[in-house]
Amino acid sequence: MIMLAELKERLQAGSAEEYLSRLFEKIEKSSLNAFTTLARESALKHAREFDRKPSQGLLAGVPIAIKECISTKGIETNCSSRILRGYVPPYDAHVIERLKAEGAIIMGKTNMDEFAMGTSTETSCFGPTKNPWDLARVPGGSSGGSAACVAADEAPCALGSDTGGSVRCPASFCGIVGLKPTYGLVSRFGLVAYANSLEQIGPLTHTVEDTALLMEIISGHDWRDSTSAEKGSYLPGLKDGVSGLKIGIPKEYFGEAVGEGVDGRVESAVWDAVHTLESLGATWQEVSLPHTKFALAAYYVIAMSEASSNLARFDGLRYGLRQGEDKDWHTTFSEIRALGFGPEVKRRLLLGTYALSAGYYGRYYLKALKVRTLIKDDFLRAFKDVDLLASPTMPIPAFRIGERINDPLSLYMADVFTVPINLAGVPAISVPCGFAGHLPVGLQLMGPHFGEATVLRAAHAYEAATPFHEAKPEVV
Amino acid sequence: MITREDVEHISWLASIKIEDEEKDEFVEQFNSILEYFHQLDEVETDGIEPTFRVVDLANIFRDDVACPSLSQEEALRNAPRRENDYFKSPRIV
Repeated sequence: MIMLAELKERLQAGSAEEYLSRLFEKIEKSSLNAFTTLARESALKHAREFDRKPSQGLLAGVPIAIKECISTKGIETNCSSRILRGYVPPYDAHVIERLKAEGAIIMGKTNMDEFAMGTSTETSCFGPTKNPWDLARVPGGSSGGSAACVAADEAPCALGSDTGGSVRCPASFCGIVGLKPTYGLVSRFGLVAYANSLEQIGPLTHTVEDTALLMEIISGHDWRDSTSAEKGSYLPGLKDGVSGLKIGIPKEYFGEAVGEGVDGRVESAVWDAVHTLESLGATWQEVSLPHTKFALAAYYVIAMSEASSNLARFDGLRYGLRQGEDKDWHTTFSEIRALGFGPEVKRRLLLGTYALSAGYYGRYYLKALKVRTLIKDDFLRAFKDVDLLASPTMPIPAFRIGERINDPLSLYMADVFTVPINLAGVPAISVPCGFAGHLPVGLQLMGPHFGEATVLRAAHAYEAATPFHEAKPEVV
Repeated sequence: MITREDVEHISWLASIKIEDEEKDEFVEQFNSILEYFHQLDEVETDGIEPTFRVVDLANIFRDDVACPSLSQEEALRNAPRRENDYFKSPRIV
């Protein structure tokens, strides 16, 4: 495993073009289906320019893979949806501008659940991405392509987006690091909106230090996102250790407390991690987040409602799918949307429309927003007593492709420990903490609003004391 | 309970056409998902304010200055149907 800082130095001395060509060769032969579009020509051109005249910048010459829903100027951005096939953004997302300014090379786009609606990357119009640890299993979702390509060394790092766990879930299932930043820390300008009050762009990398490095680049204020905040500082202090840190163990995130219960192997890996942190000088205590069991329902009501509004723009008028003779306005658009959206997206848009419709707004949407307040207050209260919270990222290891896709509720249940974080807007990281059989398990560390520095410092201390981030899947 | 008629009405509101043979499956799935949502009724929320956004930033201003934006050609480049310099829409009336 090679860290980004070291890779950057090697590329300065060697050849970015050669390195990138090897990655593209590997991707061509890969059976993972992690990439949807390879920006071969522009990326190799950029690499050759770098080789001729090495630039400075925090990621000079380093390739990065980008999730399908993050706008990249000149590179197709289709959210793995039939309705957006062929759409080439005329502008870059804020995070892409920042990456380019630091010399990074955009190598291509990665597969995802259609419009980020899913936990398994199975709802993509390009078919599922496979888990590099077991090709019969899902990589998690919705940023499954971004996680799988990093885990399998098809890209040194990637960006995903996290609305209800979409960075942390695939990081956990694929055995890598993934961070969901505090809401507002990373500009959403250029991120195709699914549920805009919940989502953030976040890094997927091999190590915590790499994630801290990417956060130094992508976070910070952008006037085009009115919810965006000033950045903090993540690399300095990263190695200061956890001595004296107080870690809360939310009792609702263990055992049979909520959802379908936690797999015993996952639970024991996470407890081992807590004890490792204790041996490094942290202390732990049990805490309670009493409204946890209502988080899934509140999350899905809010996400579906916001989605039904955000995705109203896809009608084949300004971009995307348009087919057959135009009929009257409503019929034309209803037929395009029926053809262009997959079943899970339709389900969420229809249910969201229902939840916001006359007579139901108070019962579903407003009620869910009030429950959201209680869930957020649970976190604020807990963070008065402890510095961080620790839990499993996912209650189960990666499941089989096809196992849950036909039962929407069973798929939603898998998000039980990731959605409360988005409702509260706090940051959370998933780091590899062991295995359930041959499948990776993720430890989730959560911090208070804008507490990224502490989250990253604890995650780094844990990683430095354990070997799990160095384990590699044996895929070709 | 959601009925076939409800599904037809929602389909119209959402501008997503649903085929006849899809309706029964949607009715069944919607009812099971909504039943799950109804656990929110157990939560006492009298006097609790809704959270629309988690990080309170209010009145974000910027200077009102004109700056470059997309050219007409760039804005129209992805349009599947256009006429001259316009997006071409279906008939409205």
